[in-house]
Amino acid sequence: MTLLAFDWIFLIEKLVLIVIIISVSLVIAMYETYAERKVAAWIQDRVGPDRAGPWGILQPLADGGKLFFKEEIIPNSSNKFLFVLGPCLAMLTAMMTCAVVPWSSKLELFGRSIDMQIADINIGILYVFGVVSMGVYGIMIGGWASNNKFSLMAALRGASQVISYELAMGLSLIALLMLTGSLSLKTIVEQQQAGLWNIAYQPLGFLLFFVCALAECNRAPFDLPEAESELNMGYHQEYSSMKLGFYLFSEYINMFISSAIMATLFFGGYDVPFLDESKLAVNVAAIVGLVALMLKIFFFIFLFMWVRWTLPRFRYDQLMRVGWKNMIPLALANMIITAAVVLLIKK
Amino acid sequence: MQTLIPHNADESRRMMQSLTNRAKPVDRRPMNFVDRLYLPAVLKGMSITFGHIFKKPPTIKYPEQTREFSPVFRGLHVLNRDEEGRERCTACGLCAVACPAEAITMEAAEREPGEENLYREEKYAARYEINMLRCIFCGLCEEACPKDAIYLSETFAPSNFARKGFIYGKKDLLIPNPVTQPEEYAKAKGKR
Ligand code: SF4
Ligand code: SF4
Repeated sequence: MTLLAFDWIFLIEKLVLIVIIISVSLVIAMYETYAERKVAAWIQDRVGPDRAGPWGILQPLADGGKLFFKEEIIPNSSNKFLFVLGPCLAMLTAMMTCAVVPWSSKLELFGRSIDMQIADINIGILYVFGVVSMGVYGIMIGGWASNNKFSLMAALRGASQVISYELAMGLSLIALLMLTGSLSLKTIVEQQQAGLWNIAYQPLGFLLFFVCALAECNRAPFDLPEAESELNMGYHQEYSSMKLGFYLFSEYINMFISSAIMATLFFGGYDVPFLDESKLAVNVAAIVGLVALMLKIFFFIFLFMWVRWTLPRFRYDQLMRVGWKNMIPLALANMIITAAVVLLIKK
Repeated sequence: MQTLIPHNADESRRMMQSLTNRAKPVDRRPMNFVDRLYLPAVLKGMSITFGHIFKKPPTIKYPEQTREFSPVFRGLHVLNRDEEGRERCTACGLCAVACPAEAITMEAAEREPGEENLYREEKYAARYEINMLRCIFCGLCEEACPKDAIYLSETFAPSNFARKGFIYGKKDLLIPNPVTQPEEYAKAKGKR
C-alpha cells in the first residue's frame, strides 16, 4: 500500500499553512486599502477615513460590503467567459506567488518541525517570475473582453509596460543570483543570515528591482493601465461589484507579495539584524523572524504608498524611454560589473 | 485711460505685471544628466511629502466639532415670540415670496377667542415649514418680515441621514417661551 506510506500529517500541515497564508494576505490586502487612504490623507494634510469604528479601522469591511452589494453588470457586447476570467486570473496569479516566500525559520509544534514556507522549490525565483508575468493576462483579458476602447488601450499599455520592465527586473536579478548562486529563496535568506544583507552588495540592483516592482504592480508613477484621469480607470472600467473588487484587491496583494519578495531578496528576509538567531529557542526565533519580516514588508508597503502619493504619472513615451533606454542599460552594466567582480574574487 | 494692446508675445510678457511677489519664471532649460536620472527630484519630492505627514490637518470634524461663527452668521431660522411669549408670525407670506430658493411653506389659520395669549395677531401660521436643503441661508426672509417674526440664528443646520429630517416645522423653529422657559429662550436667542 503506497498510500499508507504517504505522510498524511505533512499534507494537513501544508493545507493549514496555505489557508493561513492566503487568509493573512487577504486581511493584509484589506488593510492596505485602509492604509493607502490614511497615508494619502496624511500626505495631503487630511484626516482620512475615521468614521467606521475607532479611527475608521472598520472601513475596509464597509468598503467590501458595499462592493458585494453593488449591481453585477456584464456588458452585452463583451465576451462573457473572458470577462469573468480576467479578474479571476488577476486574483489567482496574485495569490500564487506567496507559495515560495519563506515567512520564517522552522517552527516546532507537536513534535514536528514545520517549515514556514508552502514550498521550498529550488527554482523559487523563476517560479515567482513565471507567475508574475502571467499576471498581465488578467489585465489584458479583462481589457480586451470589456470591448471598450479605453479598456483595450489600457490593456495594451499594461502589456507593453509589464514586458518592458520585466526585462530590467530579470537583469537586475541575474546580478543578485550570481552572488547567491542559488534560486531558492530559503537559501538566499540563510546566506544573508550568515553574512551581510544583499542590499550591501547590490544597491543599484535593488533600486532597479524596486522601480520595476512599482511598474509590475501597476502602481504610480507607472499606473498607466488604470490612469484614472485619461483612461477612466482603464482596464477595469466596465467592471462592477466584486469583479472590480478582485481587480483592486489583486493589486494590493501584488503589492504585499512584491514587498515580501524584496524584503527576502535584498533585506535579509526573516533575518533580524545584529541578532544571532541560533542562540534563541527554535520557536522564539521563528516568531521573532516572522515579526521582522512583517515589519520589513510593512515598510515597503509604506514606501509604495509614499511614492504613489508623491510622484505624478509618467507619460507613455517617458515610461518606455525610462524602461528601455535607462533601466535596461543600467541593469546590464550592473550585471557585467557584478560578474567581473565575482570572477576576480573567486580567482 | 488708454488701453494698451500687446502686439506680440514678447511685448505682452513685458507688459504683464506679476500679481504676487512669489511668481517664479518657469525653468525651460533642457534636462541635464542629473535631471534625467529623475532620482534627485524624486527624493526631494518624497522628503516634501514625508514632511506633510507630521502636519496637523486643518480639518474640523463636523458634526462633533463645529467652527466658531461670527455674530452675524446666518444659520438656522428661529420663529420669534414677543415679550409675553406670543408667536409674532401672522402668516402674511412675505417671507415665502421673498425667498429666492422657495424653501418656505405655510398655512394660515384664524385665531379663536381665548387664544390671545398664544398668538399676537388675529391670523397666525398653523403650519410653517422650511426645507433646509433648499434654503441658501440668504436671510431675505428675515429682511422681508414686517413682524420681526423670523430671524436667522448662529446655529448650524445639523447633519441628518434622511431628507425628511431637513424639513423643519414649527416645532423645530419656534423659540422657547420667554415667560415659561426663560433659560431656554435666552440660549436659543443667542448673542443677538
Ligand atoms: S434664508 Fe433665504 S433661502 Fe432660506 S428661507 Fe430665508 S429667504 Fe429662503
Ligand atoms: S415670518 Fe414674517 S414674513 Fe413670514 S409669514 Fe410670518 S410674519 Fe409674514
